[in-house]
Amino acid sequence: MKIEILGTGCSKCKVLFENTKKAITKAGVFAQVEKVEDIEKIMNYGVMSTPGFVVNGEVKSSGKLLSEDEIIGFIK
Amino acid sequence: MFDWWEKIVDKLVYETWEMSSDTALGSAVHFFIYDTVKIFILLITIIFIVSFLRTYFNTEKVRVYLQGKSEFTGNILAALFGIITPFCSCSAIPLFLGFMQARIPVGITFSFLISAPLNNEIAIALLFGLFGWKITAIYIGFGLIVAILGGYFIGKIPNVEKYVLIPVTPIEGELEDVKIKLSIAQRAKDAWEYTVDIFKKIYLYVMIGVGIGAFIHGYIPADFISTYAGGDAWYAVPFAVLMGIPMYSNAAGVMPLVEVLTSKGMLLGSALSFMMAVTALSLPEAMILKRILHIKLIGMFFGIVAFGILLVGYVFNVML
Repeated sequence: MKIEILGTGCSKCKVLFENTKKAITKAGVFAQVEKVEDIEKIMNYGVMSTPGFVVNGEVKSSGKLLSEDEIIGFIK
Repeated sequence: MFDWWEKIVDKLVYETWEMSSDTALGSAVHFFIYDTVKIFILLITIIFIVSFLRTYFNTEKVRVYLQGKSEFTGNILAALFGIITPFCSCSAIPLFLGFMQARIPVGITFSFLISAPLNNEIAIALLFGLFGWKITAIYIGFGLIVAILGGYFIGKIPNVEKYVLIPVTPIEGELEDVKIKLSIAQRAKDAWEYTVDIFKKIYLYVMIGVGIGAFIHGYIPADFISTYAGGDAWYAVPFAVLMGIPMYSNAAGVMPLVEVLTSKGMLLGSALSFMMAVTALSLPEAMILKRILHIKLIGMFFGIVAFGILLVGYVFNVML
């Protein structure tokens, strides 16, 4: 599974990145997490409110700081 | 609406604590307790309602609606969407570029960018709580006019696109909305979390604002501003706008103060200009936009909005 966190470096994006790493450990799934900071790549996902949360190329959430449990709901 | 609360505070301050309503101290303490709690209740209620409604709108949806709209209609719609769309100045860049991708004209994007912070939920909740629905409606109405015309005139700048520093490749065809399904319970939960988050950030500012306000309320004579600070002088409005620019992050603390100042002789037009300058002319947002926009365009954006806010102030000072 490939998870991407879209964000141009706002504080919420960093927290979401940390939450995601914790959620993966908690859920015990094998996933690769990547921070996408390039604005053009973010635009290509059609996301305009950061942070964006993308699983296997599909936008699951935008403009929201997800909690660990919410993230687990998306990746399990 | 808050009569019950006023009675409780009356009893507490004037009877239990035996302060007199005629003394400056008694009236300041009464004002502080009454106003702080009243504002807190209104803030929580209004921010919750607004953020709940906003879970039905997001910038991605707005982009789909605005795509292909003609110039003036687009400006009006963009300004209206600014009220109900959640917006944080930290997403100003993706929003700006995303709108350009959809071939939405720069002027229409600016109508949105002026309206969204102007009509932020904190400002609206405080205005409603402190000044009542009439002034809130006037503020929103004239804020919309500033956003519509401001964006319209920015769009009229010759070759305005050349001031955008990052090349944007337009997406071909119709855009699709990013679909995220949420249940009502989930929306309510999100809205509540957001409300708590905002409240934690601003409650201290509100208390400081009301505290200074309470002091002014109790200790400074009612005609102080009209007598000593030139309440109706011609320079009151531009002065109010200039004072408002550096206050961007403190709408929560500033607005309770403005309420007290109007009761001490500050004209309502100057007060409106001041509040609009606080919310609409934000230096951090300008700094963020500077990464993708030429400084000249940002300057014109600030200039046009400041001019609109000045006009609103003068019109109201003459009318009211």
